[in-house]
Amino acid sequence: MLQLLAQQAEGELVEGLTAVGRGIVYGGAAIGPGIGIGLVVGNAITAMARQPEAAGMVRTTMFLGIAFTEALALFGFVLAFIISG
Amino acid sequence: MILGLEFPPISHVTEWPTWFGSGPFAVNKVVFLMWVSVALVFGFLYIGGRQQALVPRGVQNAAEVTVDFVQDSIILQTIGPDGLGFTPFLLTLFTFVFTCNIWEIVPGVQMPVNARIALPAFMAVLVWFIYHTVGIASQGPFRYFKSAVFPPGVPWYAMWLVAPIEFAQILIVRPLSLAVRLFANMIAGHLLLVSFAVITQALFEATIVGAALPFALLIALTAFEVLVAFLQAYIFTILAAVYIGGAMHPEH
Repeated sequence: MLQLLAQQAEGELVEGLTAVGRGIVYGGAAIGPGIGIGLVVGNAITAMARQPEAAGMVRTTMFLGIAFTEALALFGFVLAFIISG
Repeated sequence: MILGLEFPPISHVTEWPTWFGSGPFAVNKVVFLMWVSVALVFGFLYIGGRQQALVPRGVQNAAEVTVDFVQDSIILQTIGPDGLGFTPFLLTLFTFVFTCNIWEIVPGVQMPVNARIALPAFMAVLVWFIYHTVGIASQGPFRYFKSAVFPPGVPWYAMWLVAPIEFAQILIVRPLSLAVRLFANMIAGHLLLVSFAVITQALFEATIVGAALPFALLIALTAFEVLVAFLQAYIFTILAAVYIGGAMHPEH
């Protein structure tokens, strides 16, 4: 009986810790790209304000930069789903 | 009493029952939507390309705007004028990815085809084959891999660090990130919409007034997902163009 209870508690513990782990994985993976996308877009806006005639080229490069930076957060997002207890 | 919120498990919002067929040839809602997208893209471009009115109207107008967009803001910005031969491929890629994405917000359908990894993965592998083929064809196999793996301008003492990274990048990281970027964006948007729909429904049963805020957010997020669907199609195409351009013109 006691053993059964202990097993059940352990199962719940694993489940809870998995949920915490998922949160940490995605939250951790979002920090860097968050800062990175902020830098990319901020600097792109500075460039566009300084040289409006180059706005088209800057915008294309900005989206490329966003795409490369964002990929890391998305890997974290996918990993959070892959983790299972 | 705490309001219980029954949240559907992720398998319930992305997996669909098989209609007919079995194994790898099973046809369900997602596969059917993919076929519909193929038919829509083909019909759109075929009708738009067949009409040749001097003043474009209707479908022809929309098709010409799309071609102009792909040529001006994707190909000319990344590959240059000699990449215009890739217009058919990149145009098809862009329209197909966008059509597959936009199912996310079509009422009654609401399932982006790209929220299953199969289609993004296949398109990423296709792009992978194409840029390697272009690189080998335009530079020759030896020069292509040399310029891709050993980028010029890197000092020799940093090469042992740069070369493995570049090697892994052109072989694994590029197609993987291309597929995962599209897939994760679409599934994240889908889950977001599902979450707000579930919250709205649960609050609607409890208090009608309380449901107003999540419902307003649901509408706003639906509009946001239109932007995401377009942006992801754009980014997928532009990255394919960048990879093809990088294979055509080595850095020097």
